[in-house]
Amino acid sequence: MEGFVNKNLEKFAYDDKIVRYFVLATVLWGIVGMLAGLLAALQLALPELNFGLPWLTFGRLRPLHTNAVIFAFAGNTIFAGVYYSTQRLCKARMFSDALSKFHFWGWQLIIVAAAITLLSGITVSKEYAELEWPIDIAIAVVWVAFGVNFFGTLIRRREQHIYVALWFYIATIITVALLHIVNSLAIPVSLFKSYSVFAGVQDGLVQWWYGHNAVAFFLTTPFLGLMYYFMPKAAERPVYSYRLSIIHFWSLIFLYIWAGPHHLLNTSLPEWAQTVGMLFSVMLIAPSWGGMINGLLTLRGAWDKLRTDAVLKFLVVGITFYGMATFEGPMMSIRSINALSHYTDYTIGHVHGGALGWNGFIAFGMIYYLMPRLWKVPMYSSRLMMVHFWTATIGIVLYITSMWTAGVTQGLMWREFNEQGMLQYPDFIETVIKLKPFYWVRALGGALYLFGTLIAAYNMVKTIAAARAKGADLSDTPASAVRFSVVDATKAQSTWHQRLEGRPVMFSVLTLVAVTIGGMVEIVPMLAIASNIPTIKSVKPYTPLELEGRDIYIREGCYTCHSQMVRPFRDEVIRYGEYSKSGEFVYDHPFQFGSKRTGPDLHRVGGKYPHLWHYRHMLDPTTISAGSIMPPYPWLFTGELDTSTTVKKLEVMKRLGVPYSEEEIRHGRALVEAQATKIVDELIAQGLRREEGLEKKEIIALIAYLQRLGSDIKGEVK
Amino acid sequence: MEVIFILLPLSLALGGVFLLAYFWAARSGQFEDLETPAVRILPDEERETDL
Repeated sequence: MEGFVNKNLEKFAYDDKIVRYFVLATVLWGIVGMLAGLLAALQLALPELNFGLPWLTFGRLRPLHTNAVIFAFAGNTIFAGVYYSTQRLCKARMFSDALSKFHFWGWQLIIVAAAITLLSGITVSKEYAELEWPIDIAIAVVWVAFGVNFFGTLIRRREQHIYVALWFYIATIITVALLHIVNSLAIPVSLFKSYSVFAGVQDGLVQWWYGHNAVAFFLTTPFLGLMYYFMPKAAERPVYSYRLSIIHFWSLIFLYIWAGPHHLLNTSLPEWAQTVGMLFSVMLIAPSWGGMINGLLTLRGAWDKLRTDAVLKFLVVGITFYGMATFEGPMMSIRSINALSHYTDYTIGHVHGGALGWNGFIAFGMIYYLMPRLWKVPMYSSRLMMVHFWTATIGIVLYITSMWTAGVTQGLMWREFNEQGMLQYPDFIETVIKLKPFYWVRALGGALYLFGTLIAAYNMVKTIAAARAKGADLSDTPASAVRFSVVDATKAQSTWHQRLEGRPVMFSVLTLVAVTIGGMVEIVPMLAIASNIPTIKSVKPYTPLELEGRDIYIREGCYTCHSQMVRPFRDEVIRYGEYSKSGEFVYDHPFQFGSKRTGPDLHRVGGKYPHLWHYRHMLDPTTISAGSIMPPYPWLFTGELDTSTTVKKLEVMKRLGVPYSEEEIRHGRALVEAQATKIVDELIAQGLRREEGLEKKEIIALIAYLQRLGSDIKGEVK
Repeated sequence: MEVIFILLPLSLALGGVFLLAYFWAARSGQFEDLETPAVRILPDEERETDL
C-alpha cells in the first residue's frame, strides 16, 4: 500500500483540548459535590456541623450536593466522554470549536451560579430542578448549543454507520431538553423568585416525570453510551452482542418515559397513573439487564485482565452496580414494596448504588482510560489507581448496606403495632435515634469514597506534571478518513443524498421543538385555570402571611426532610391524621410532597400544637424532642420578613388561577401585618415574653404556614 | 389531572420522534450490518504513546 494515496482521504484533527477541560472539571466538581454530600451526611449524625450558618444547613446543602454530583460531576463526565468518542465514532472534528468552548464555560458558570443561589436559599424546591428561572434559561441555551454542536458533528460524519453509543447520546440530548423546559415552566415574581405554573398533584406528576427521566436520560442513557464505547476499547474486543445493544437502546427508550409515577406510589396521585408507572418500571428490568449483561460479557475470554487493569476494574464494577440498581428500581416500584421503602433511607441507598457505583465508576474508568491518551504519558501510579478502586468500593458497600438497613429498620418501626393495637413507636424521634449508628457508618462510607476521589485527583495532577516535564506534544490528534458517501459507489448521487442523510435528525429536532412550543402555548393557560377549580369546598388559598411563610419553608429546604403526604395506611393515619387528598393541594405552586422523611410528615401538623411549641421548636428542636437531629433556625428569629414582593406574589398566584380578590391583593401587606400581630398576641397568651418587633420576624410567617397545613378539611372529616 | 393533556402528548411526541428516527435508521441501512460496526471502533488510527 506504500505510495498509494487515496485522493478522497481527508485529513483533520480531533479536538482533544476540550476533552481535557471537561475531564479536569469532572474531578474538580466531583470533589466539591462529594464534600457537600459528606458534610450533609455528617450533619444527620451531628446537626451542630452546620456551624450555625444558614447557608450550610442541611436543607440548603442537600440540594447543592445533589445538583453538584448530578449536573457538575456526572454532567462533565458525560461531556468529556461524548466529545472524545463522538469525534472518533464520526471520524470528524466537533462541528464548531466556538460552540465547544461556549458549552464548556457556559456549563461551569451555571454550576457556580447554582452553588451560590442554592446556598443562599434561592430555590424552586423541585428536586434536581431547584434552580431559579434565570439559571434555567441559561441551562436551556447551553444545552441547545451542545445539541447543535453534537448534531452538526453527526451530520458531517465521515463514517456512515451511527454506532450505538451515538444513539444513546442522541436520546440524551433530545429528551433532557424537553424534560428541563416542561418542568421549569414558571411565572417569575422577581429575578430570584418564581412559582411553578402547575399546582399540587399535577406539579408532583410533572416533577417526577422529570425527576425519573433525569435519572433515565442524564444518569443512565449517556453513561450507557460511554459504556458501549469505552468498555470495548478498554477490553480491546467488540461488545458482546451488537444486535443486543441495538435492541437494548430502542426498548429502553420506549419504556423509560412512562415510569415516572413510581415516585408517587400510594400518594393522592390517581391510582391508574400509579399503576401505569409501576407497570412500565417493572418492565424496565428487561432492557436494563440486557444492557448490563452485554457490557459484562464484553470481557468474555479476557476476565484475567481484571486482575491488573484498573480501567476494566472500574468499568466492570460500575456495570455490576448498574445491574443492581436496575434490579432494585423495578422492585421498589411495586406498590407494596414501595409502601415500606419509600420516604426511608432505603431510597438513599438505592440512588447511591447508582450514583457512586454506576456513574462514579464509569466516570473514573473512563478518566483512567483517557488520561494517558489525552496527556500522552502513562498514569503516574497504577498502584494508586488500585488503592482508589478498593477504597471507593469498600466505601460504596458501607454506604449502601448501612442505608438499606436503616431504611428497612425505620420503615418497619413506623408500621409496628403492639398487642393493644397502638403504634409500637408513636414518637417519630424513637425511629430517628435508632438510625444514628447507621448514619455514622454511611458517613464513613462516603468519606472513603471521597478519599478515593482525592487519590485520583493527586494521581492525575502528578500525571499532568509528568507530561509537562516531558514536554509531551498536546496538540490535537491528527486523523484521516474517507467520507462515506464517496466510498459507496451505489450512492453516487452525492450531495443531495448527503443532505438527506442529515435531514431526519434535523427533522426530529424541529418536530420536537414545534410540538413543545405549540403544546405550551395552547395548553398551559387553559390548564392553569382549569386545574385550580377546588374539588373540596373548604380548601381555601393561603393568606398572604401563610404564603410568605411557605416561601420560607421552601427557602430553608424543609421538603428535604419532611413530606407533606399522609398515605392511606393505618399506621400513617393514626400517626399523622387523615390521609391526604388531591383536592387539598390545588393552590400549592409548587407542591411540597417531599420524598424523604428524616423527620415526620407535616401535612396534618396544622393546629396540632400551640404556636409556642413551634416557636420553641424552631429555636432549638432538642428542647421539645430530645435527640432530635433537626438543626435550630435562629436566623428566622432575627431576620425580618421581606414583604416587598408580597403583592406581586399574590398577583402571580392569581394569574395561575388562585382565587385572590383584588381587595386581598391590594391590601396584601396590611393583611400580613394583621395576621402576624394576631399570632404574636396568641404567643404571648401562651406564655411568651413580649419582644419589640416580633410580629415582623420571619418565624411568625413560618408558624402561620405550619399552623395552616392540612387544616382546611378538618371540619369536613368526621 | 389535566396535566396529562400535556404530559401524554409530549411523551407520545417524544416516542414518535424516536420512532421516526428508528424508521429512518432501519430504512437507511443502519441495522443491516450488526457485526462489523462493533469491531470497527476498536483500532485507533492515532499513534498511541507508551501507555
